[in-house]
Amino acid sequence: MLFDIVSANSAPLPSEPWWRVFYDFSSLTQSINTSLNDAMSPFWTTVTEMLIIGVLFLLFYAVVGLFLVYAERKVCAFMQNRLGPNRVGPFGIFQTIADLVKLLFVELIPIKNADSFLFNLAPFIVIIAGFMALAAIPFAMGLHAIDLNIGVLYVIAVSAMGVIGVLLAGWSSNNKYSLIGAMRSGAQIVSYELSVGLSIITIVILAGSMQLSEIVEAQRAGWFIFRGHIPAFIAFIIFLISSTAETNRGPFDLAEAESELTAGYHTEYSGIKFAFFFLAEYMNMFIVASIAATVFLGGWMPFHVGNWVGFNIIMDFIPPFFWYIGKTFFVIFLMMWFKWTFPRLRIDQLLTLEWKFLLPINLVNVLIMAFIVLMGWHF
Amino acid sequence: MRSIINYLKEIVFGVWSLMKGMKVTGSYFFRPGTIVTQKYPNNRKDLVMFDRFKGEVVMPHNEKNEHKCTGCGICEINCPNGSIEIISKSIVTEDGKKKRAIDKHIYRLGMCTFCALCVKTCPSNAIAFAQGFEHAVFNRALLIKTLNKPGSQLMKGVE
Amino acid sequence: MEEKVKNITTDEQQEYVINMGPQHPSTHGVLRLVVSLKGEIVKNVQPHIGYIHRGIEKMCESITYPQIIHLTDRMDYLSAHINNEAVCLSVEKALEVDIPDRVKVIRTIMSELTRIQSHQLWWASFGMDLGGLTCFFYGLRDREKILDIFEETCGSRMIVSYNCPGGLMYDIHPNFQKRVKDFIKYFRKILPEYDQLLTGNVIFHERSKGIGKLSLKDAISYGITGPSGRASGFSCDVRKHEPYSAYDRIIFKEILFTEGDTYHRYVARIEEMWESMNIIEQLIDNIPDGPFAVKMKPIIKLPEGEYYQRVETARGELGVYIISDGNKNPYRVKFRSPNFVNLSVLNQIASGFKIADLVAIGGSLDLVIPDIDR
Repeated sequence: MLFDIVSANSAPLPSEPWWRVFYDFSSLTQSINTSLNDAMSPFWTTVTEMLIIGVLFLLFYAVVGLFLVYAERKVCAFMQNRLGPNRVGPFGIFQTIADLVKLLFVELIPIKNADSFLFNLAPFIVIIAGFMALAAIPFAMGLHAIDLNIGVLYVIAVSAMGVIGVLLAGWSSNNKYSLIGAMRSGAQIVSYELSVGLSIITIVILAGSMQLSEIVEAQRAGWFIFRGHIPAFIAFIIFLISSTAETNRGPFDLAEAESELTAGYHTEYSGIKFAFFFLAEYMNMFIVASIAATVFLGGWMPFHVGNWVGFNIIMDFIPPFFWYIGKTFFVIFLMMWFKWTFPRLRIDQLLTLEWKFLLPINLVNVLIMAFIVLMGWHF
Repeated sequence: MRSIINYLKEIVFGVWSLMKGMKVTGSYFFRPGTIVTQKYPNNRKDLVMFDRFKGEVVMPHNEKNEHKCTGCGICEINCPNGSIEIISKSIVTEDGKKKRAIDKHIYRLGMCTFCALCVKTCPSNAIAFAQGFEHAVFNRALLIKTLNKPGSQLMKGVE
Repeated sequence: MEEKVKNITTDEQQEYVINMGPQHPSTHGVLRLVVSLKGEIVKNVQPHIGYIHRGIEKMCESITYPQIIHLTDRMDYLSAHINNEAVCLSVEKALEVDIPDRVKVIRTIMSELTRIQSHQLWWASFGMDLGGLTCFFYGLRDREKILDIFEETCGSRMIVSYNCPGGLMYDIHPNFQKRVKDFIKYFRKILPEYDQLLTGNVIFHERSKGIGKLSLKDAISYGITGPSGRASGFSCDVRKHEPYSAYDRIIFKEILFTEGDTYHRYVARIEEMWESMNIIEQLIDNIPDGPFAVKMKPIIKLPEGEYYQRVETARGELGVYIISDGNKNPYRVKFRSPNFVNLSVLNQIASGFKIADLVAIGGSLDLVIPDIDR
């Protein structure tokens, strides 16, 4: 069932260039679907497909999470003029795995007077929010768990759910630092959701669709960040800033400001529960970056320059999945660069930035974009 | 109007100042040659400490197993922490005189603060600083060291 | 009865009291701040000290004067050399010995190097307090170069024990001048990078300007010295007003501001690093020849009386007050430590601001906890 939706939407058209047929994943997913359908009833087919997707995402989540932790440590080390992890394996690539193994063995400390149900629930909510957002992201042509026709809205809505986990964690920990951290996080996400939504709406106006696969398809002639003139670029910058804030990272990591609140909302967590929060932070970063890559930078679309036929053909040789991963990691690198350069904002300045700067600029930006689209001035 | 211009100016100035900071970190990111980290346990072989480095107090012995310590106890008096203890004995010299000599020069590394008062005040320059710094041991008793080697003698000509 | 008690909620009971420290990343040591909050706003800060009290003043009464040096090293470990110099100067003052010029110049150079490395570490940790972790590594990276200079000449990196009553423990290393000159050349290039990374940053401006204002009146009445006091306009540089060692023969300016907020306390320290480099450059080529120490008696006994010497450490004015009864041990030693005094103003300037500001203000006062407790 799930694969059906995918294949129906991105079936190759006859006029498609060769690479689109060659790199299309929908034939693979379709063949799996048919073979499963032959073997069992439609109900069990759906269940099996869901299981396969679930396991694949679990693996993907773990691999990407671990890799991002390693990448962050290496990037920040190089920016800080040091080597970073270099003991476990060549260049320390197994460092995060070693850390994970250690975290698995760490005792889960029960907190006195904590609301133990909510305390245990919180890390799962944070993780589940990440998982759900992952479902709608187009990784490559036809590689899509579920292609909702309101994909953008779904991703924004679901990824904002993580804050409930953060709030619960802070509330149930019976720790004053945690509570302050959670409250900060709540205030922060409520305000920055607005900017994230508006900056994406700027692009939705340009694309004329909320379906992520269609947004990607619409960028075949050129990425939206180039096609939408200055408004698209401003929207991209605003999206970067506000999504960094939404993931509690970089200069906006007030919820876990270690110099003020020791570790903020996850002060009391240990072992694998802490690892969940830790992984979720990196996964949220990945999701946010992949939305940025999909909506602004053309998703898995190769980089094409107008009439340079030779150049375009060379670009076509690179598989779409690598385009997508490359763009995502570029955005992630930008976010790491922010984090390791800037000092942290204060809570009132954080809200000032949102309500006095980002929101007005965003509103004007949406207006300009709508005008440009109306007049047909975009490329 | 002016307020709008100021508002825009504020934004441009802010973004510009942030870019300057990013330039610094970015430039280091793309110049890994400037990294100063030393991979310590790997470079143990060619790691040379400065010759004045105060690693631990030692008593140099010559090849005939002779040292210069007369057992006068000045280092013991000067040590602020009592990390030096001198146990002396009386020996009979060749010409039949009784003389005080050192039996054990006990040095407690765990208590030493490396103030160098003992080395500086030693009248016969019998003790000196060595450059070794890997002092970690599993038993506290191992930090109590006897500086004079067993069977060592006072060097000829040192009073 | 109990029900009734529970229902009465006074303002005090509504306050949200959090303990910052003794183990907290922002207190730079074992300082405990009991902070009363209303929302995010700090109502009251109560520092609780004594977690690293070692009784240095009492210990001094049972040891001889040269041995005091190794204890003062451990008071304000970031300006160890300057602390030692204060003790040596007061002992020398009491004995009325003439110190050779060479000793004076070397002591001055070493003091200024100590000041630079202390300010580097402060810059590093202040950046970290504000959330810019990269500052921490840049600061420590450059500090390492000064520590290498110390290690080569003094034998140890931080707790140098290089002074002794009557002069220095040993002469400077032959490489000393070259290394110092190299460092100055290097650091003159690096210091503008600090400005680009933090001083000019708009987030930093927002975080520090107008935060934790300390008026000149308060600065004087609390006795806030060092860069923190000078940022408020309190001209309190001992090097200028009561020159010791070689400070009377060099030209330098006292960094003074009038605003007295976190930003100017910050700028005062950055400017002091520039000024310290100027001082070193004036002296490094003109180290006079001569002995590196005066021959002192093996057992130093101060004549009966009271002696006071003050010096300018990296954090403010350090006073050493020795009462001698003519023995080889002092009768009483009292240190007027700058950090203890500077801490006392924290509640005055931090209340009314937010928690994040409290951290920034605490960082800008540049507290070293072992110096507070002694």
